[in-house]
Amino acid sequence: MAEMKYTKDHECIYVDGDVAWVGITDYAREALGDLVYVELPEVGKSVSKGDDFAVVESVKTAAEVYSPVDGKVVEANDNMPDDLELITKALNEGGWIAKIKMSDASQLDGLMNEAAYKDYLSELD
Amino acid sequence: MKETALHNAHIRAGAKMGEFAGYDMPLYYPPGVIKEHEWVRSNAGIFDVSHMGQITLKGEGVVQFLETLTPSAFEPKAHGRAQYTVLLNEEGGIIDDLIITRVSDNEFYAVINAGCKDKDIAWIKSKMPDDVRIITHTDRALIAIQGAWSERVLHEVLGVEAHDLPYMHMMKTEAPDGSEMLVSRVGYTGEDGFEISVYNELAEEVWDKLADHNVVKPVGLAARDSLRLEMGYALYGHEIDATTSPVEAGSSWIISKKTSGYFGYDRIQKELSEGTRRKLVAIKLIDKGIAREGAEIHNENDQAVGVLTSGGHSPILKASIGMGYVPPELSAPGSKVFVNVRGRNIAAEVASLPFVPSKVKSIKKNAA
Repeated sequence: MAEMKYTKDHECIYVDGDVAWVGITDYAREALGDLVYVELPEVGKSVSKGDDFAVVESVKTAAEVYSPVDGKVVEANDNMPDDLELITKALNEGGWIAKIKMSDASQLDGLMNEAAYKDYLSELD
Repeated sequence: MKETALHNAHIRAGAKMGEFAGYDMPLYYPPGVIKEHEWVRSNAGIFDVSHMGQITLKGEGVVQFLETLTPSAFEPKAHGRAQYTVLLNEEGGIIDDLIITRVSDNEFYAVINAGCKDKDIAWIKSKMPDDVRIITHTDRALIAIQGAWSERVLHEVLGVEAHDLPYMHMMKTEAPDGSEMLVSRVGYTGEDGFEISVYNELAEEVWDKLADHNVVKPVGLAARDSLRLEMGYALYGHEIDATTSPVEAGSSWIISKKTSGYFGYDRIQKELSEGTRRKLVAIKLIDKGIAREGAEIHNENDQAVGVLTSGGHSPILKASIGMGYVPPELSAPGSKVFVNVRGRNIAAEVASLPFVPSKVKSIKKNAA
């Protein structure tokens, strides 16, 4: 059973072997409000940990999605821009924004698990 | 932060609150911005606009004073007639936009922007002649109801008969407790609707009564913004500010041909005869994306020629729309431009206003 990982910027990651499926957490989704647009990364693009590689746009604002790992974008969710409701689904049920093939899977060790992320949220405003 | 008389009502309704012009205001309620916006265009929404300033100017010299402060004519205005206009500074730039209503020969009521009200009042007081006085109605709240059902709701809930009240007119009537209630057929959404002024201690009761009607939902400031954007209405601080003239901003229709000697007169006359260096236009994105205020507008040679003053998503058109300043040669509807978002040029074109049809009950059909 793949484990979910979380970042301080509210990305969530579903780990599938050496591919990280990246999306945003419920917290980020609620903060954004009604979504109106998603800018997907180009397939084949190399990313470094911390690079902004996608944008999620709501009526209020645009939010960058940051890559949690170094790697290469192997798939982008082309269904999402026309069906923004997908963002409400779990990552492995269509809510993923892009899939990144990791060049160094050990980078995941530095990310939060679900319990740690919940603690992190309770410390935020 | 300041609070309006309706603050408690918004908390009870579960509004997401946020700061605007120093007030803690409802940005949206649980349905969310898009649903609220759609509801106003198909039913009726109520907005707390009590943060805006309500003032009265009265006295022997008030008509002449208003014709100095604004480029509009007030002498011929009938009692009850509301006029959209601007306060101009000495350079012909806009201090604020506002609606001024003639109450009687020498009494006028005005609603001014929340973020400008202190500045406006200070300016008015500094220029006021001895035969004019100002009253600031800080004891009054203002509720807007907008949407096709507005007239019916006003009748059913408040017993107000507004059937014969034309657009851009005000009537005085009685609030539920018998105190004076002002009802103006004006709005900021392009729908038929009214702005209702009642004393603060009555505001929550009136709001709750309206909200209880099954075709009414409370609507926050976020949807208020997306609604006015679909109409192409200016928002102070965005489309208009102290550097913009009403000519540049496409509001020449408010400039009287009969009056003169108002602040900024020289610049206005020059622009009317010689043209302006920039014009406010409506912009619609053709390619996918969303453009927001501050985004650069590029011409077909990728030169930056202007800037977006407002931008966002239109729930009715399901497209990205905005407004911005461009050179006159690019201002005709259909002109091809690009809007630069995060380094990428998104294809766009100049559109006609309003983006969405206006449903206000224009007085043209009532004019003799």
